[in-house]
Amino acid sequence: MSLAKRIIPCLDVDNGRVVKGVKFVDIRDAGDPVEVARRYDREGADEITFLDITATHDNRDTLVHVVEQVASEVFIPLTVGGGIRTLDDIRRMLNAGADKVGINSAAVFNPEFIREAAQRFGSQCIVVAMDAKKVSQPGEADRWEIFTHGGRKATGIEAIGWAKKMVDLGAGEILLTSMDRDGTREGFDLPLTRAISEAVTVPVIASGGVGNLDHLADGVIEGKADAVLAASIFHFAEYTIQQAKEHMAARGIEMRL
Amino acid sequence: MSSVAVIDYGMGNLHSIAKALQHAAPEVDVQIVSDADAILQADRVVFPGVGAIRDCMQALNQSGLSAVIQSVAKTKPLLGICLGMQALLTDSEENDNTSGLGIVSGHVVRFSDALMDSHGNNLKIPHMGWNQVHQRPHPLWDKIPQDSRFYFVHSYYAKPDDTSAVAATTEYPDAFACALAQDNVFAVQFHPEKSQAVGLQLLNNFLHWDGQV
Repeated sequence: MSLAKRIIPCLDVDNGRVVKGVKFVDIRDAGDPVEVARRYDREGADEITFLDITATHDNRDTLVHVVEQVASEVFIPLTVGGGIRTLDDIRRMLNAGADKVGINSAAVFNPEFIREAAQRFGSQCIVVAMDAKKVSQPGEADRWEIFTHGGRKATGIEAIGWAKKMVDLGAGEILLTSMDRDGTREGFDLPLTRAISEAVTVPVIASGGVGNLDHLADGVIEGKADAVLAASIFHFAEYTIQQAKEHMAARGIEMRL
Repeated sequence: MSSVAVIDYGMGNLHSIAKALQHAAPEVDVQIVSDADAILQADRVVFPGVGAIRDCMQALNQSGLSAVIQSVAKTKPLLGICLGMQALLTDSEENDNTSGLGIVSGHVVRFSDALMDSHGNNLKIPHMGWNQVHQRPHPLWDKIPQDSRFYFVHSYYAKPDDTSAVAATTEYPDAFACALAQDNVFAVQFHPEKSQAVGLQLLNNFLHWDGQV
């Protein structure tokens, strides 16, 4: 008897559609977000994350409606990320039915925003999303830094210290994406995942690079992640969530089956 | 048509719980209310809550809803959820000791740091995710398999003085009271409105419960 590790399918939403690209290019259409969310719920997803990949005004309005619709019929935790910059953005998403919001670049521009958000809405709904990339050379000690703008813009901020700082400010969970692995299907950056997970007291969601079911299990067993997030392996029906859970359970991981 | 009042005291978003109640029992009139009379007139009352206990108690005391909940707790089926469960106890360690409603005698305490699982991994706080709920006999567990998983997110938990008030336990890593029952009051630390089929079943059971054990 213990807490189950979670599988979180991520829906990248653009203009009312679920899309998935490789390293943010080569975008492929993967369906209607409400339909996709329903399917993941039926298959046993532990949570669902929606990511607004353009964060334009129109796309935001679309996403609010998607979340409202999903929240009225899918009764598992919902997270919304992408372009969350103000307390009003958070309030709007929570009122639409989101349980948590993912905050990424706004935390980099103004770390105090995380404190304000946690004080206002509670740490339980504040997920800090961090995009990290390895900057050390082969032979050097591992070092990862935070990048923004889909991995294009360096900040010079060291990732492990950043994660700790975010937790100190009130983050209730960390969504960690390896920008080296995102979209590559080569598996999570396991040393990065493990380093972050062991450094913080809050749950860590591993993201970026899942190409098969062993990658999910590796994220938990070797990466020490509390939850694993994946998009494309589920969108195109390569695997169902149920298959993923059974595979992870077969490797000895506690799952909700 | 029976009615259920979801108490709105300005702490967090109540749409999820209202939608889940409506989904669980479409024939029930679900109202989100902050008005004392409306709460007292409803057949059943849900007391939800997220956030910090001090803000919660301040909001309840300032609005006069503390007395309303204390009155409901003596008269009709009441379901406390998450912080709404913790607020039922005598006091909480959170925010340098905060007095609660004192409906269930006992304390709310924080998970200690440096908890480990059986593999020697550090357990994270908050306790977040799907964990097993080991039931003790109560009508609200009707049609819910023993040890079903419900969704939790919390850093504090209830320790009732009288262990006969414990309606279910969960292990993290030690067993703690994740549900309390006392006469017509039932309370859960997990979120039934976010626990898919088993959560909806619990809400359905509550919406048909007469408050008798």
